[in-house]
Amino acid sequence: MRRDDDISGSLDWATIFLFMALVTLGWLNIFAAIYDETANQTIWDLSLSSGRQLMFIAASAVIVIAIIIIDVRFYETFAYLFYGLILIMLFLVPLIGKEVGGNKAWIGIGSFGVQPSEFAKFITALAVAKYIGSVGFKMDNLRNQAMLFLMIGLPIIFIQLQKDTGTALVFTSFILVFYREGMSPFILIVGICAATIFVLTLLIPNQLYLHAGIALTLAGLIYFGKKKFKRIAILTIGALLISGVIESVDYVVNNVLKPHQQNRVKVLVNPDIDPLGVGWNVTQSKIAIGSGGFFGKGFLKGTQTKFDFVPKQSTDFIFCTIGEEFGWFGSLVVVALFIALMLRVVFLAERQKSRFARSYGYSVACILFFHFAINIGMTIGLFPVIGIPLPFFSYGGSSLWAFTILLFILLKLDAHRGEMLQRI
Amino acid sequence: MNEGRREVLQLVFVLVGIIFLVKLFFIQVLDNKYAELADSNAILRQVEYPFRGLITDRHGKLIVFNTPEYDVTVILKDVKGFDSAKFCSVFEIAREELRKRFKEMKARREFSSVKPTLFIDQLSNEDFAKIQDRLDEFSGFYIEARTTRAYSTHALANALGYISEISKDKLAKDESKIYKQGDYIGQSGIESFYEEQLRGKRGVQFKLRNVKGIEKGSFKNGAYDTLSVPGQDLISGIDLDLQQYGEMLMRGKSGSIAAIEPSSGEVLALVSGPSYDPTLLTGKNYSSNFRLISNDSMKPLFNRPLMAQYRPGSIFKIAQAMTALQEGVITPETRFRCDKTIIGCHAGHDNLDLRGAIANSCNPYFFNVLRKMINKNVSASPFEDSRIGLAEWSKHINSFGFGSRLGIDLPNEKEGLIPTPAYYDRAYNNRPWKFSNIYSIAIGEGENLVVPIQMANFAATIANRGYYVIPHLIKSIGKDGKPLPQYTERHYTTIDSSYFRIAVDAMQEVVETGTGQYRARLADIVVCGKTGTVQNDPFPAHSVFIAFAPRENPKIAISVYVEDAGQGARAAASIASLMIEKYLFGKTKRQFIEDYVLVGKFLD
Repeated sequence: MRRDDDISGSLDWATIFLFMALVTLGWLNIFAAIYDETANQTIWDLSLSSGRQLMFIAASAVIVIAIIIIDVRFYETFAYLFYGLILIMLFLVPLIGKEVGGNKAWIGIGSFGVQPSEFAKFITALAVAKYIGSVGFKMDNLRNQAMLFLMIGLPIIFIQLQKDTGTALVFTSFILVFYREGMSPFILIVGICAATIFVLTLLIPNQLYLHAGIALTLAGLIYFGKKKFKRIAILTIGALLISGVIESVDYVVNNVLKPHQQNRVKVLVNPDIDPLGVGWNVTQSKIAIGSGGFFGKGFLKGTQTKFDFVPKQSTDFIFCTIGEEFGWFGSLVVVALFIALMLRVVFLAERQKSRFARSYGYSVACILFFHFAINIGMTIGLFPVIGIPLPFFSYGGSSLWAFTILLFILLKLDAHRGEMLQRI
Repeated sequence: MNEGRREVLQLVFVLVGIIFLVKLFFIQVLDNKYAELADSNAILRQVEYPFRGLITDRHGKLIVFNTPEYDVTVILKDVKGFDSAKFCSVFEIAREELRKRFKEMKARREFSSVKPTLFIDQLSNEDFAKIQDRLDEFSGFYIEARTTRAYSTHALANALGYISEISKDKLAKDESKIYKQGDYIGQSGIESFYEEQLRGKRGVQFKLRNVKGIEKGSFKNGAYDTLSVPGQDLISGIDLDLQQYGEMLMRGKSGSIAAIEPSSGEVLALVSGPSYDPTLLTGKNYSSNFRLISNDSMKPLFNRPLMAQYRPGSIFKIAQAMTALQEGVITPETRFRCDKTIIGCHAGHDNLDLRGAIANSCNPYFFNVLRKMINKNVSASPFEDSRIGLAEWSKHINSFGFGSRLGIDLPNEKEGLIPTPAYYDRAYNNRPWKFSNIYSIAIGEGENLVVPIQMANFAATIANRGYYVIPHLIKSIGKDGKPLPQYTERHYTTIDSSYFRIAVDAMQEVVETGTGQYRARLADIVVCGKTGTVQNDPFPAHSVFIAFAPRENPKIAISVYVEDAGQGARAAASIASLMIEKYLFGKTKRQFIEDYVLVGKFLD
């Protein structure tokens, strides 16, 4: 094995540039979000989120160096060990953790708190990648599939116990990785169909129309397709199942979802219900972004975020500051940077020689995508309010470090891709 | 086996990005709604109400000024831990009342739990002092200060007018867009006529505020802010002492006093009886008091000096005399017998000349004067001849300011009536008429109607020997300012000023030896006056007197009307002479006349 003395030459600098751009923009926007004109403040002030975020950024630089120095085999070798440890921590958090903002997701170390659930993302990614890359793994093997779902299911369950639904949902993004690695698209299609029908049911008050639509589709499929008994039977059963789902939506909304979750779904369907109550977050978020215009109001010139009309304006709703102060143009830049980063990560993943590294790369891309889609979608009213951060932008050490580690392990793997055993 | 899956994922990533950008383009660039909502979120429009102009009397004494008044508003959303018992004791209201107020407030259509809503209005300065220190114990309750009108006097109510909230009607018609709902506007009197000068200009400040409503500095460094401009102060020609004295004299009587400085047209006093106390129509009890006053059977809101129309009575004889002299149909030496066959008269005289006829108010004399004026035999037809004569006559009479609004600086002035040929055509349904149909106008009865302010103006015209300046209450807009331009101009009558000398002589004789001698005469100065007794069957006649003094360089011209008080020589002459005395000497020395007026038994 070749000792690589000049690792910087083999790091993917395009990704690092995108990373730095996003982190810097995030830092500036955190300052803009909390900026108070009447107080004499600077962006460096450690009593402000912006100052602390700068500290977190400096710490992540240290983390990056550590990741690069550590032997590349370390990550794959200890993936299961870490996975076990993080599961124990996730299990312990509800018992010994401290509560911050309604979620018991923090473990305190001195005055500092970290969220194990944030770190569970890259650790699960490593473990899943290791499993997929292991000898004898076959995606169409049901046992293997079940194992994968168990690996993402356990963190989901533990994190859900911390009442952190948003982070728990992030782990569903691994399904996209499984799809890339050969899982049948059936489960994705069923999931998307179920979600679509769920939303349609909420949007269309008279469910008779939906049932009629399904019946028509069924009739069409039977009439134009092959008229085999088995096919007709499957189609009919499928249609009946979908009708059953429709009938169950009300039950799910009213009985399974908690009241605040019900409200978030209802607000999505009808943004104008109760704009001062449950609709406040989305209404104010859209006002802040929508008031930005084409070029925005200018850095530190926004009124909606810095005057606290938008809640959680430096964490989950950080995109509001971008929308308000930099307008559509600024949003375009940020969206483009994210898309570029995700496509670059896919590109890196595809050039990996090991299945482990490739799966890991896709995990990075899909986790980023999930955060990006849910977070921005939430601020502009396309998704229900689910509290997850915008990667590299949102204020917070745990989140920033977890994403940094997630991304730079991939860069480290990529830098050593030539040394990896081929197991495809 | 997994071909195309990479591309599917890449496509999904890009597609989601594009969906976001399209949605963002809609809400950020295409839809202005959000920008407006953001402004209404963060920009607070604070109106700074200007001070309304003050009104002083001619010597600089304050008559109308502003006093602070406080509204208590509530933002229901901010009310926390409300202690109703404590609230009731601090604000001194009953528990029932509190409950009712909450209920009424919530029932209002514009009610919103996040906006300040009026809860208690118009706390006086004293009431505010009681609650001021304890207001912070009640979260969600706020004080809004504004000013209301206050008065240094209980007099002059009808001339001053009052202010009140602008009506929906007026608001809809206001094309200047100056007024907003809830604004106060002058509703009558000077407050209404000089609204434009008094109101000043509102200032607006745009403040940034955060989600809790706390101010965070000015919007765009105050680029759109305007300062409020206070209204202009008005200096009136009113002599407040004289006004108050006049109101005291008129107490318990129905009628009016109008006093004018002849040379300038400035109104010195404008008394309307019965009147009301202007302080009643300000502050908290405005609505209930207004209802009381406007329903009063004595009509205290009826501004008699401007709105009451009377027949002019004998005073008109002076105008008749001058018109006849101007037309050349008589000379001062012309005599007529006091022939009572057509028109009645009082005894004690016969075959007088013009001066004597005025001094003794001889009715047949002026019957003959009018006949000579109307029928000058310029036409063979008596009807046509009367038309021509009457047209000339009314032209002269109108030049004294009769028959049309003088244009005083108060609203609701009446025009009176001086008949013209067209008027009689209408009255007689276009059937022919001639002198014998209309002669009662000769002695100021018949169809003639005048308004007391016109009569005072008439006295001023004679005092000026031939011209008048439109009577006006405000002599200066702003300190050391000018009156409105129309109040600086002299209006000359169609009568030569030499004929006025005859009228002046006659009026002096009225006071010194004629009908007015007993009560109207003053010791040290020459008063010129004329009595009038206006028939008012079946009720007692109205007592009327006009006068000016001193004879040379007159300082005051006055008309006095006392309704149902009989002869002009009694009530009206007494009041007029007391007013003249008060104005010229600052006090009155004739206690017996004053007592006579105050007791008010004029008909005995």
